[in-house]
Amino acid sequence: MSGDTRDWPLYEIFIRARSGLDHKHVGSLHATDARMAIEHARDLYTRRQEGISIWAVRSTDIVASDPADADALFEPARDKIYRHPTFYDIPDEVKTL
Amino acid sequence: MYTQGLDSLGKDCLRDEAQVGGALERRFQAHIDAEDKIEPKDWMPDAYRRTLVRQISQHAHSEIVGMLPEGNWITRAPSLLRKAILIAKVQDEGGHGAYLYSATETLGVSRDELVGQLLEGKAKYSSIFNYPTPTWADVGAIGWLVDGAAIMNQIPLCRCSYGPYARAMVRICKEESFHQRQGYDIMLRLSRGTPAQKDMAQQALNRWWWPSLMMFGPPDADSKHGVQSMRWKIKRFTNDELRQKFVDFTVPQAEFLGIRVPDPQLSWDPAAGHYRHGPIDWNEFEQVLKGNGPCNRERLEARRRAHEEGRWVRDAAVAWAAKRAGSAAPRAALTLLRRNHERRYA
Ligand SMILES: [Fe+2]
Ligand SMILES: [Fe+2]
Repeated sequence: MSGDTRDWPLYEIFIRARSGLDHKHVGSLHATDARMAIEHARDLYTRRQEGISIWAVRSTDIVASDPADADALFEPARDKIYRHPTFYDIPDEVKTL
Repeated sequence: MYTQGLDSLGKDCLRDEAQVGGALERRFQAHIDAEDKIEPKDWMPDAYRRTLVRQISQHAHSEIVGMLPEGNWITRAPSLLRKAILIAKVQDEGGHGAYLYSATETLGVSRDELVGQLLEGKAKYSSIFNYPTPTWADVGAIGWLVDGAAIMNQIPLCRCSYGPYARAMVRICKEESFHQRQGYDIMLRLSRGTPAQKDMAQQALNRWWWPSLMMFGPPDADSKHGVQSMRWKIKRFTNDELRQKFVDFTVPQAEFLGIRVPDPQLSWDPAAGHYRHGPIDWNEFEQVLKGNGPCNRERLEARRRAHEEGRWVRDAAVAWAAKRAGSAAPRAALTLLRRNHERRYA
């Protein structure tokens, strides 16, 4: 419908706070195109110098795992505690290990 | 701001409650009890979803309508600095509305649907924004009291069980402190000014005190939905608890300004360590919520006008995007744009 934002795609916004940090998801917004998404993200999410770089990704382009699959995906890692350094008991006499 | 505990659980919610006992429901509640967050794709009871949609959207509408009483003063701010500050504050409120609409959308409703409900007068928003701002001191009183009450309400919401709402609230709370302090700063200047300026500050406090106390919603004894919201960890404190905290914080701030809280029954209760306030006129609150406040009609008309006047911009943006994408749509979009333009300026 004209004048509505109904058909405006949803973009997920990611912001890099400082150089050296990853882009982090901050929220979403509607925009008619990628450029507007960046401009709106600038107004909406960086009014106080919260970032130095913006990524805008069409929400429909994100592929997400299903929470129902969480056990199948993540459970197998639970019993592999030998992957963590704390699994190994090293005598106190041994230094810098 | 500005949730007000306006969300009441409908009959359908009660039916859902009767179904408690399902394995999914038990797991859901266990997550909440363990202070885990619920995320958009997680299973949740319908009543939880509906309660959130209602509460977050009312909150979003309140932010949007909340721009109007102060926006009214942008062109008349007493200095360039005050004007810049007020623009920044009002822009923040628009941002708060946008964060919250976006959080609501994660629950499966569209922003257009919600905005439509607001423009049609079907949605509720905080009663406080239906009061007028006749003087510059009202801008100070709003920042100090209304944003102050908002902070009181919103800080516990940063720990709300629904992840997207909680994250939006963290962002919002960071910005509210600026709002409150700039408001108090205005009040401070006026209260240290000429007798006329000090009187202006007093009059503004007189106007905003009681409506601010009403912002916390009906007394606990009359609010039926509090218990379930507490169980779901959407709400952490009752309306009366938050109101009390607000009074305790605010009375000494008024004393510092040297202006009187307009409540002859206000007294300090040393045993309890609290200020006791006089009775709140809940009839006034009901009337404002029903649409009979001093500015309800004006606020909605302003929103509708802004929406209409922005239509050509939205149409143009769609036409431009379509043209850039090289689709067949631009011609249709441009025709629409032209037609709307002609209708408007004919
Ligand atoms: Fe706000
Ligand atoms: Fe605010």
